[in-house]
Amino acid sequence: MAYTVVGKSINRVDAVAKVTGQAKYTGDFIERDMLVGKILRSPYAHAIVKNIDVSKARALPGVEAVLTYADVPKIKFATAGHPYALDPKHRDKEDRTILTSKARFVGDAIAAVVATDELTAAEALKLIEVEYEVLEPLLTPEAAMREGAPLIHDDCERNILSSYGYEIGAIEEAFQEADYIFEDELETSIVQHCQLENHVSCAYVDSDGRIVIVTSTQIPHIVRRIVGQALGIPWGRVRVIKPCVGGGFGSKQDVCLEPLTALMTLAVGGRPVRLELSREECMIDTRTRHAIKYKIKTGVSKDGKLIGMHIAAISNTGAYASHGHSIAMAGGTKFRILYPMKALKYEPLTVYTNLPVAGAMRGYGSPQITFAVESHLENIARKLGIDPIEFRKKNLVNVGYVDPLNGNTVRSCGIRECIEKGKELIKWDEKKARYKNQAGTKRRGLGMACFSYASGTHPVGLEMAGARIVLNQDGSVQLQIGATEIGQGSDTVFAQMVAEVLGIPVDMVHVISTQDTDITPFDTGAYASRQTYITGMAVAKAALEVKEKILDFVWGMTDIPAHALDIKEQNIVYKHSGEVVMPLAEVALHTYYDTVFARPITSDTSNNARINAFVFGVTFAEVEVDLKTGKIEVLEIYNVHDSGKIINPQLAEGQVHGGVGMGIGYALAEQMLFDEKTGKPLNNNLLDYKMPTIMDIPDIGVAFVETFEPTSPFGCKALGEPPTIPVAPAIRNAVLDATGVAFNRLPMNPQRVFEKFKEAGLI
Amino acid sequence: MYNIKEYYEAATLEEATELLAANPNLTIIAGGTDVLIKMHHGQIEKAELLSIRKIKSLQGIRKLEDGTIIIGPLTTFTQVVNDPVIKDNIPVLAEAALSMGGPQIRNVATIGGNICNGATSADSASTLFALNARLKLQSKLGERVVPIQEFYLGPGKVDLKAGEILTEIIVAPGDYQGYGGHYIKFSMRKVMDIATLGVAVICKIKERNIFADVRIGLGVAGPTPLRCREAEAFAKGKTISRETIAEIGKLAVKSTKARTSWRASKEYREHLVEELTQRALKAAIVKAGGEEIA
Amino acid sequence: MKPVPRIKLKVNGQEYQVEVPADITLLELLREYLSLTGTKEGCGKGECGACTVLMDGQAVNSCLVPAAKAEGSEVLTIEGLASPDGRLHPLQEAFISEGAVQCGFCTPGMIMSAKALLDQNPHPTREEIKVALSGNLCRCTGYAKIITAVEKAAAMIAGEGRG
Repeated sequence: MAYTVVGKSINRVDAVAKVTGQAKYTGDFIERDMLVGKILRSPYAHAIVKNIDVSKARALPGVEAVLTYADVPKIKFATAGHPYALDPKHRDKEDRTILTSKARFVGDAIAAVVATDELTAAEALKLIEVEYEVLEPLLTPEAAMREGAPLIHDDCERNILSSYGYEIGAIEEAFQEADYIFEDELETSIVQHCQLENHVSCAYVDSDGRIVIVTSTQIPHIVRRIVGQALGIPWGRVRVIKPCVGGGFGSKQDVCLEPLTALMTLAVGGRPVRLELSREECMIDTRTRHAIKYKIKTGVSKDGKLIGMHIAAISNTGAYASHGHSIAMAGGTKFRILYPMKALKYEPLTVYTNLPVAGAMRGYGSPQITFAVESHLENIARKLGIDPIEFRKKNLVNVGYVDPLNGNTVRSCGIRECIEKGKELIKWDEKKARYKNQAGTKRRGLGMACFSYASGTHPVGLEMAGARIVLNQDGSVQLQIGATEIGQGSDTVFAQMVAEVLGIPVDMVHVISTQDTDITPFDTGAYASRQTYITGMAVAKAALEVKEKILDFVWGMTDIPAHALDIKEQNIVYKHSGEVVMPLAEVALHTYYDTVFARPITSDTSNNARINAFVFGVTFAEVEVDLKTGKIEVLEIYNVHDSGKIINPQLAEGQVHGGVGMGIGYALAEQMLFDEKTGKPLNNNLLDYKMPTIMDIPDIGVAFVETFEPTSPFGCKALGEPPTIPVAPAIRNAVLDATGVAFNRLPMNPQRVFEKFKEAGLI
Repeated sequence: MYNIKEYYEAATLEEATELLAANPNLTIIAGGTDVLIKMHHGQIEKAELLSIRKIKSLQGIRKLEDGTIIIGPLTTFTQVVNDPVIKDNIPVLAEAALSMGGPQIRNVATIGGNICNGATSADSASTLFALNARLKLQSKLGERVVPIQEFYLGPGKVDLKAGEILTEIIVAPGDYQGYGGHYIKFSMRKVMDIATLGVAVICKIKERNIFADVRIGLGVAGPTPLRCREAEAFAKGKTISRETIAEIGKLAVKSTKARTSWRASKEYREHLVEELTQRALKAAIVKAGGEEIA
Repeated sequence: MKPVPRIKLKVNGQEYQVEVPADITLLELLREYLSLTGTKEGCGKGECGACTVLMDGQAVNSCLVPAAKAEGSEVLTIEGLASPDGRLHPLQEAFISEGAVQCGFCTPGMIMSAKALLDQNPHPTREEIKVALSGNLCRCTGYAKIITAVEKAAAMIAGEGRG
């Protein structure tokens, strides 16, 4: 299809504001009399507050309020950023109060103060006297599930939050039918989003008595609902404003600070309060990525066909449920479309432990299971002596395949082309031959891994998106969406879509980037890589409606039937010839001021997308391993994606670059560490947590295989999260290729590599 | 926001030593990158800071006529990296300085502060150990000079007595002239990181292939930076060969007191000492004019 | 909190005399007293580079500079980079056109580090660009387009004969 704006690398609509320092983030809303909120955190991983005395803190000059668990509503609420479910059985687990009398991890919020400045607030925290009864900290799922272990939450036996899984076909029969059976155990680590902007929110009470919260969030409309629930007040009493957001990656698809910030302003008579986490706090008391252990058993036929797979998983969800119950399931659902097989049994256990809360993070369970499955398949291919790429190709999905459990259908699929492209980019065959007989301390190897993912959450979650367009007097438009720009570029691609439909340049589309729940249409927010695909449908619908109204209006002005007209380059034209009828601006002016027919043109649209689209892709990596020091260097890396039609290639490439960077960190360096006895965090800062620097990431190659997804108005599919998913297993498989050592645990940092090389007799 | 109670600025060394003598609670701040981070973590509270950064006599690097190099403690890491005296005479120190932090930190952090902070991971320390650097310390009562090896007492603990200020870092001509050196910082990230191990090796070669002298300084191989005396003694007078170098690597481990922490195990650190000492030595040999050993 | 008897400094070419408490940082002085909120805080202790400004021509982490230390200095922040007539600096233009901006939170610091580099080394290699930006973390971009943008800005400056 020929587009004029869609598919072009136009500049971001927010770029000028961001390079000049004018872009306003939550922390930039500075009011003169703004108070500062701070949280008192438990030094114990598992403890009951026996007694708490805040009198000294309250008496400190400059302290405006002190709150403890006794001052917060006795309402348990859930924090996960999901749409509300009318069916009580599908609601998120309500397992926390705003402040707690039982600490469930080191850093759990016990009390809070509001003071005139930061130092006074910090001083006040020190004056709060707490007596704890310390309980046994349960720091691994195994410890937590042990018979007789104390319960972290009273209503979850053996501390198991969820064990919901599935079985497709009959797994035991499949194993009997198979010629070979292979088994592996693999595990991933706890990592953190490390978006550059820490969690921050400000709140005040307006003159109508409503609570206004300015916050760094991916999900403003959900925040409104959850604050209402947590405080036990009508949801309409809460107004949430989302300005620029300095990255989220899922950690802001959760309601971490807003209920407490709301409570703080209420405690000081509605004065503005800012609650801003330090990096150290942000790393322990927002969200992390689940560490998951897998046991996989797979039956394969002689000719290399996958017959059946049994995956048992234990997911460490930390102290509160957050998204935990749905992440294990989402990971287990989105990967399975890639290699359809006769039987697949998935048995996940999501377990509470006394560690920081795991929640949504880019890929939502898929990076973990993809690491496990793609490593496992590589092991199988090696044992069978089959080329690992050929092995995968034998088992790949085709267009037309319908997921047997949720009915989602593969309508576009470019995975084979992605593989071919990746092979070519990395010069697979040539290098494979070259690296056959290596000697010396440094060894090179090649690896690859595939993935599948979805565009949004249908049919598990509601996929509602809203868009509103107003035609201005000059023929430009405002676009309002409930979907949130958090850096990924959604505002820009929406502007392109509108410009495409309306035949106007992108700079005539003014995107209102700030979401305000009082003003912006309803949309559930930035997660599940849903916005370009799902919100794009609403945006296209709204733009088409505006276009239709414009052409109808011209019909009234000119007696040329609307169906004979089109809009091109800001002109109303004859569809058949392109001959200009009149400028759009003239029409727009008439819609406002024609004394008889004036009727300003707007559209206000919602779209409930009961559909999904699968995306695919691949990472190819080349590594060099220092056999003596255990250092792994990624020399070359390529990601090739089928995300359907690419709306903005430059922005899309940027998404892939960032996702690959995050994947490299996941593979080689990143992990959150805790004292094995006490659960105290050891590296909750950006020096000791090894997020990659500019020197640690090689040049990243990106390519797209642009299929056309028929369910999307512009043929597009998800892209935001996917680039991270296949990176770690591709690197792991490359290390296996280079050294013959099969790593089964992330990250492959030098210490671990050293240990494993010793075990393998290489050192 | 830092918990700063008072902030004094001294213009001269005399003024600084006077202030220090009068108020024992003063914490000296130069670049501030260590002191302020300690304050950030609450390790120093209600600080009374004495800024010495404007004291001219503590700045700059100079080479005396006899070849002695004097490094002012207020010299920033960026200045060390770019300084012609350092580059021409002890480039190994520039290598070490360049491995520290990132540009913003190097622009501010001082070499004197790095030493006085007392960390075993100090990026300048292992090299200064290898160079036999001496430190001049001055108080209102007078001055003294101590070898850097004696200055480090324990983790975060240095022999800086009440009222004293580090005024000079001294490298004698005999300790660098004719030597080639190499520094390896082994860390998880290539920049912005703390060393898992820092290895500084300098060596002097005679008769084309004989070690006249080898000096090995290690960081993070014990509670303080340290020297590998046994390996150094073994090396002296030996013919340069892969075998000799391998033995030096093995012996270097004997001087270490590595421990297991969450950052790395003792076993791994010792393995790295053996391996990286050899690598650093091989590079140092080439820089000292010797032949490359594969 | 003891007020410092007035700090005198130049920010983005303008002279300021501000009375501030003794315990604040240059970052806080810029953001809260001068309303220059373009400079960001990501860690508060020099580990991320989001707060990078130029102080007397050198890139520094403004979170690690006590305000008192800025006395008498000349500070350049992201707000002072464009010409007074609003014309963007080549670095700003290149960050836009190369797609080097995503969430934008690291961007001001990145651009200031790049400015310090280009002031001293107008024709840097890719490796030199990496070293110069190595104190600035970014989680969105994998750094790729940032490096390209700095290369492009250097070429633009050379082409324009601007220093």
